[in-house]
Amino acid sequence: MSSPILTLVAQRIALGLLLLLAVSVLIFAGTQILPGDVAQSILGQSATPASLANLREELGLNDPAYIRYFRWLGGVVTGDLGTALSSRQDIATSIGGRLWNTLFLAFWAAVVSVPLAIILGLLAVRYRNGFVDKLISGLALASTSLPEFFIGYLLVYFFAVKMQWFPGISTVYDGMPFGERMAAIALPATALTLVVLAHMMRMTRAAILNVMQSAYVETAELKGLSAFDVIRKHAFPNAIAPIINVVMLNLAFLIVGVVVVEVIFVYPGMGQYLVDHVSKRDVPVVQAVGLIFAAVYIGLNIIADIAAIIANPRLRHPK
Amino acid sequence: MSNELDFLSRRVAAGKMNRRDFLGRAAALGVTASFANSLLASAARAAGPVKGGILKAGLVGGESTNSLDPALFMTQVPFSFGKQWGEMIVELSPDGALEYRIAEEIGSSDDAKVWTLKIRDGIEFHNGKTVTAEDVAATLERHSDEGSKSGALGYMKGIDSIKVNGKEVVLTLKEANADLPYLLSDYHLIVQPNGGKDGADAGISAGPYKVTVNEPGIRHGGERFANYWQADKMGHADQVEIIVINDATARTSALQGGQVHMINRVEPKIVDLIKRVPGVTIRNHSGPGHYVFIMHCNTAPFDNNDLRMALKLAMDREEMLDKILRGYGSLGNDFPINASYPLFSDDIEQRKFDPDKAAFHYKKSGHSGSVLLRTSDVAFPGAVDAAQLYQQSCAKAGITIEVKREPGDGYWSEVWNKQPFCTSYWGGRSTQDQMYSTAYISTADWNDTRFLREDFDKMVFAARAELDNDKRKAMYRDMAMIVRDEGGLILPMFNQFIDATGPKVGGWIEDPHQELMNGYALSKCWLEA
Repeated sequence: MSSPILTLVAQRIALGLLLLLAVSVLIFAGTQILPGDVAQSILGQSATPASLANLREELGLNDPAYIRYFRWLGGVVTGDLGTALSSRQDIATSIGGRLWNTLFLAFWAAVVSVPLAIILGLLAVRYRNGFVDKLISGLALASTSLPEFFIGYLLVYFFAVKMQWFPGISTVYDGMPFGERMAAIALPATALTLVVLAHMMRMTRAAILNVMQSAYVETAELKGLSAFDVIRKHAFPNAIAPIINVVMLNLAFLIVGVVVVEVIFVYPGMGQYLVDHVSKRDVPVVQAVGLIFAAVYIGLNIIADIAAIIANPRLRHPK
Repeated sequence: MSNELDFLSRRVAAGKMNRRDFLGRAAALGVTASFANSLLASAARAAGPVKGGILKAGLVGGESTNSLDPALFMTQVPFSFGKQWGEMIVELSPDGALEYRIAEEIGSSDDAKVWTLKIRDGIEFHNGKTVTAEDVAATLERHSDEGSKSGALGYMKGIDSIKVNGKEVVLTLKEANADLPYLLSDYHLIVQPNGGKDGADAGISAGPYKVTVNEPGIRHGGERFANYWQADKMGHADQVEIIVINDATARTSALQGGQVHMINRVEPKIVDLIKRVPGVTIRNHSGPGHYVFIMHCNTAPFDNNDLRMALKLAMDREEMLDKILRGYGSLGNDFPINASYPLFSDDIEQRKFDPDKAAFHYKKSGHSGSVLLRTSDVAFPGAVDAAQLYQQSCAKAGITIEVKREPGDGYWSEVWNKQPFCTSYWGGRSTQDQMYSTAYISTADWNDTRFLREDFDKMVFAARAELDNDKRKAMYRDMAMIVRDEGGLILPMFNQFIDATGPKVGGWIEDPHQELMNGYALSKCWLEA
């Protein structure tokens, strides 16, 4: 079936790859203009000119930037992210565990926040402009308006220090029992949920309300369907595209935007790993993490696009 | 009365009476609270350490780039963890004396050039091997090799040859050095099997704990080493754990929430708040660490001693101590030595804030226009505020300071030791010679005041070779005066280490050398039942 839908999807993916390539150039250029010299920062203050020259030679820092870029890109494409300058460890291996931790936290935050946001959005539409709607919107907007570090500290203060229900620091490690691991991530996952909740909830509400103005919704109401059935059967399916979009955007945030939350809760994820290596001028690691973040972001956005296309019956059933 | 107090304190130590009741009874007997508390502490010590449990510390100063190779230790977490699994040749005891550990005796020739370390019998590595003179020699060899990138390389370069003679290691130095035993207490010099030449980062030594968990930047853990040679003195908890918590708020909340038993680096501005938390004890003590404003003596306009003197006199030290350290420190006197060093002379006049004299020297220097001071949050806690306070006190002397805030990222590679006037800190060293050799002789890499004075270098070398302590003390006094009156160092304050412990931590003793009882808190403390 060479339907327009396949062409569209292929186009999106190609565009995504092109974008990723552009991002890789940006990341590479960005790490080149960071202050400080890599060889200097590895050897420290007591570096002699001779040892500096040797190390620059060894790391290939004397080649022009574009050659180094293509060498790096070639490695990345073949799955070789290089070795960390500071610890001489293989980057792909050391990122593995960290990435998994970040995904674990993001997954549970999403499991809680996405259904919660959509249900709250539906409730807000059902009781629109009433007390329930205003309460939900008010609370959600308030939690989004507070910076995430403040929410984090509030949670720590009440639930870790005062009531001592959950640990205030979320150190997780391999072989940790599942129950303990869940207790450890309870507070950071809650903080993340509160941060992303309002955006998805408000978008769900707005998208459905938009559809609610349509003639077919009025018809549905006239034929006697209950308010919830109208929303569930007629409004929601037609509002799904923008909702998927905003959900994906927030999922991406849960993965790439958690640096602050990770630092507050001392969670061993990608964010802390990135921060440590930026301060050590460990350029290969910074590049690798940057590229992974970019890939996640672009990937999720492609999925959102494709889902929106597929959700559109006009594209699914071409004449 | 004292009999009754004794009896009561023993009851508390035995767990038959609680602390609060004890203090109440003691007060009824007419004893001050602080005396009653100290009585209680000595009773607890007398009752002896409690074995067992998991003792945990939450520390700042760990990164995912840390290694177990002692040569590469730089920050607090590897330092502290190293003290748990590593065993030293010698160590500085809390009262400042030398404590013999793997070396049971150290002797020197009369000219302080040849040193003999006698290695103790019956110490075992975690891998079951016995610690031999060869292992000690190999350790010292590795740290004197440029390739090891050891943090102790600076002093180890002064060793000419290392030889093993039966149970003895004989060190021949290039230049005489009366301080050699102290230098061997450097925290990098953990004795490893074959000196770590077969695997520098294996984490094997002869300390009270064996490494079981090593996740750099996340956590480190150890379990008690059954064959530790001093089991009665160290290694009381079954397991120790260090959790890396670089965020100050997270660290204090972890202590309050009971997830860790001790933390380091409590910020002076929150000490008074933490003090009020039930069960938490603040452990502050002075050490050799200090905060500095450093000028390059060889760069205009700081190559003029009148300008340097004007800038020193325009520093309001009392205000700095009061506002930046909230009193948790002591006044500095523009030379890097204080009472925590051996052979310190306490009779040097304290320099005071004197805007008139500062204005006089400033006029004499002939300088006009503003003076650029670079600073950053990372220079020391409160460095940006300190720079602004300094700007104001300088203004009183008619000196205009322009404060430039630099990004913390890259501060140590781009600003410190490169720019002519900036803020910074020093952790201090264990002897005066080490401090001056690291940062004040012409050839030192870290001579961050560009203090290039041949006559001063000669004084450092002469003092190093002097075995007569009275003479040495007089020499160090002369050196201090030169740095104070002619150097490029403005040293407004010495900072204290501020640690905190939660309830149930027993066995804490003050140690003036480094934070957390010179790193030994996890090994020397215990969890009270």
